[in-house]
Amino acid sequence: MIAEAGAFALMLALALSVVQVGLSAAGRARRSAALAGAGEGAALAAFLAVAVAFAALMHAFVVSDFSVANVAANSHSEKPLLYRVAGTWGSHEGSMLLWCLALTGFGAAIAGLGRTLPQGLRAVTVATQGLLGVVFLAYTVFASNPLARLASPPAEGRSLNPLLQDPALAVHPPFLYAGYVGLSVVFSLAVAALVEGRVDAAWSRWVRPWALAAWSMLTVGITLGAFWAYYELGWGGWWFWDPVENASFMPWLVAAALLHSAIVTEKRGALAGWTVFLALAAFSFSMLGAFLVRSGVLTSVHAFAVDPTRGVLLLMILGATAGLGFSLFAWRAPSLGRGGMFAPISRESALVMNNILLAAATATVLLGTLYPLIREAMTGEAISVGPPYFNLTFTPLMSAMLVLLPAGPLLAWKRGDARGVAQRLWVALLIAAASGLATIALVSPKKAFGALGVALGAWLIAGALAEIVERTRAFRAPAAETWRRLVGLPRGAWGMTLAHLGLGVFVLGAVFETTWKIEAAEALPVGGRLTVGAYELKLDDVHPVSGPNYEADEGRITVTRDGAFVCRVTPQRRLYTAGGQTTSEVGLCYRGTSHIYLVLGERREGGTYLVRAYWNPWASLIFAGPAIMALGGLVSLTDRRLRLGIGRRREERA
Amino acid sequence: MRLRALLAALAGVACLAAASDPAERLPDPAQEAQAREIFKGVRCLVCQNESIDDSDAELAQDLRRIVREQVKAGRSETEIKRFLTDRYGEFVLLTPSFSAGNLLLWGGPFLVVLAGAALLLLRLRSRTPDAELSAAEAERVRHLAEEERAP
Repeated sequence: MIAEAGAFALMLALALSVVQVGLSAAGRARRSAALAGAGEGAALAAFLAVAVAFAALMHAFVVSDFSVANVAANSHSEKPLLYRVAGTWGSHEGSMLLWCLALTGFGAAIAGLGRTLPQGLRAVTVATQGLLGVVFLAYTVFASNPLARLASPPAEGRSLNPLLQDPALAVHPPFLYAGYVGLSVVFSLAVAALVEGRVDAAWSRWVRPWALAAWSMLTVGITLGAFWAYYELGWGGWWFWDPVENASFMPWLVAAALLHSAIVTEKRGALAGWTVFLALAAFSFSMLGAFLVRSGVLTSVHAFAVDPTRGVLLLMILGATAGLGFSLFAWRAPSLGRGGMFAPISRESALVMNNILLAAATATVLLGTLYPLIREAMTGEAISVGPPYFNLTFTPLMSAMLVLLPAGPLLAWKRGDARGVAQRLWVALLIAAASGLATIALVSPKKAFGALGVALGAWLIAGALAEIVERTRAFRAPAAETWRRLVGLPRGAWGMTLAHLGLGVFVLGAVFETTWKIEAAEALPVGGRLTVGAYELKLDDVHPVSGPNYEADEGRITVTRDGAFVCRVTPQRRLYTAGGQTTSEVGLCYRGTSHIYLVLGERREGGTYLVRAYWNPWASLIFAGPAIMALGGLVSLTDRRLRLGIGRRREERA
Repeated sequence: MRLRALLAALAGVACLAAASDPAERLPDPAQEAQAREIFKGVRCLVCQNESIDDSDAELAQDLRRIVREQVKAGRSETEIKRFLTDRYGEFVLLTPSFSAGNLLLWGGPFLVVLAGAALLLLRLRSRTPDAELSAAEAERVRHLAEEERAP
């Protein structure tokens, strides 16, 4: 019964979304607040209906109702509760439902929080969001119904892939989808701005918090995914330039560009067209990602073989919505204002440079992901685009951006003072150079690129701090004044500093880990020893353990350094009984920000076990950096200037 | 979600960077290091976007053996890569070649930079009149200034 109620609620949500589009559009056309208000009501109702459907699916997973096809295919009664709950979004159908939940949720949020938006703009935004809802709900209802029943339910489900049964991955999709779909709000706002023919400071001020929230969620989602890959896939890598990763990285890059260009549009009225373009592009990349991941175009050697109908449908949705948005842009953008002038050395120019380099970086990822496909379709020649390509293109582009980054926030609007910026950054430059030289002197083996990378990371961190020093007049004014200024800094400024600082932390970790990681592997008998870097490992014992839905061999490994005990690690090799898959559960030993990473292999003839060990220096920084960046986004969101629904008046009072 | 992981699991592959398996290793550490470097740029043809350094698939093992044998025989990286592309096509290399067919792939990102820089330069050089006040605006400013002076 519950599943049927859910399926019905999903249909209802589709109908309500259609109503939402009609009412809001009519409200705008007739300038009727009543009709527009009714449209907002429909948006709210559509969200509630999808929430009911989502709850119904989750219920089916929690109670293991195998008469629901999706549950039978993706769950198992012995699976722990967390993974039964997470199973709701673990499959194609369920994840589309999560997508729809987020989409209607954001529609309801605009309806509920948009009181300060001009009426016309609000109505068109709600209508556009409704249109997106219609398209994706129709797809879910007709092409990928998550609540479809089976005529003859099996006694037991086929279970979720054990690699995906992991806490980080259980919460990874909700964050990722909140980010992906959060960008739909920005898309709808852009369409509304084009329809209304107005892009002004108020509009940009509305775009920024949504873009910021979506970007922060994406940051968290991507980082969780990378962390999962790091400790679950068992070879210590955290980013593979895999098409699926790229699909989530492109919207992130575009959203980052949008965040910066929207500042120029808000403060100086310039780049209005470009900001709208990015707002449209960000969600288009989200949809492209949804298409790439689901169609099987890129994950299968046999293109379009996984599920051709769904792939084609999603491609049509992508083409229609993005096409509509960009056609509207081509038609209306020329009427948008140009905004103020600025000199070559100015905050505006710096932000434009940021956007050019981020756009080029996005182009790299896009080309690297799609080019093999295009080339094969056109010439029949298959090529591979792997990590080396991205190292040669993406890395230099981003490095150029990072070198310029600390100067940006120190430049004045309209006309900046290059010499003044140099004066404020020379300490940061010294710190960066010293860090690079110290790396050369202290770390062996000596690697010039690694040292340069460390210098770059230090440059970013010191640069972000230099900006705070500048703003608070630290070391120049009396301490009391510095303190007063420090406390008075707007949250937005802290957010920016944290985000840039986090980027520096990430660069340090990424460079250090990739340059100086040490690998060792040996087939060890029980009692055998292995050295990795400065540490010695001893395989004390291997014994069987049982989990809720797996059997495992657990190794007990003692780590020592110069004979002194460091830690005991217990990596496992698991056999999931339901599907018969084996996975390795990595053992991690934290040493400051560095990790000793241990993997237990299968038992070999003669009773030995293949033990692989990595010394991953500064690896924690790779994940801490993005976490700091996301925190920066959240801190920024609490800035009173960006807080949703705060009118001009309160701001003036403040 | 992560389809590569799914595929890996479907193939029953316990994801272990098998390249480090001591049973496969070359006795000379310098040669072994060279082989590992080459592995990172060679695709495991049956896997999804995985190098033979990471993959545990049988084909990857075979490819590793071939590469190690050739390294041992003293062949250079270029020679080994040519041998592989002759046999399996360009698909086997994770780095696409700098050829005419890949012009857009390698040039595209830098084209974006050039186009962006050109647009920025145009924007900076065009002295649009919006810096100047129109006659009506100038009049209004004069008016306001007068009002200010004589309250």
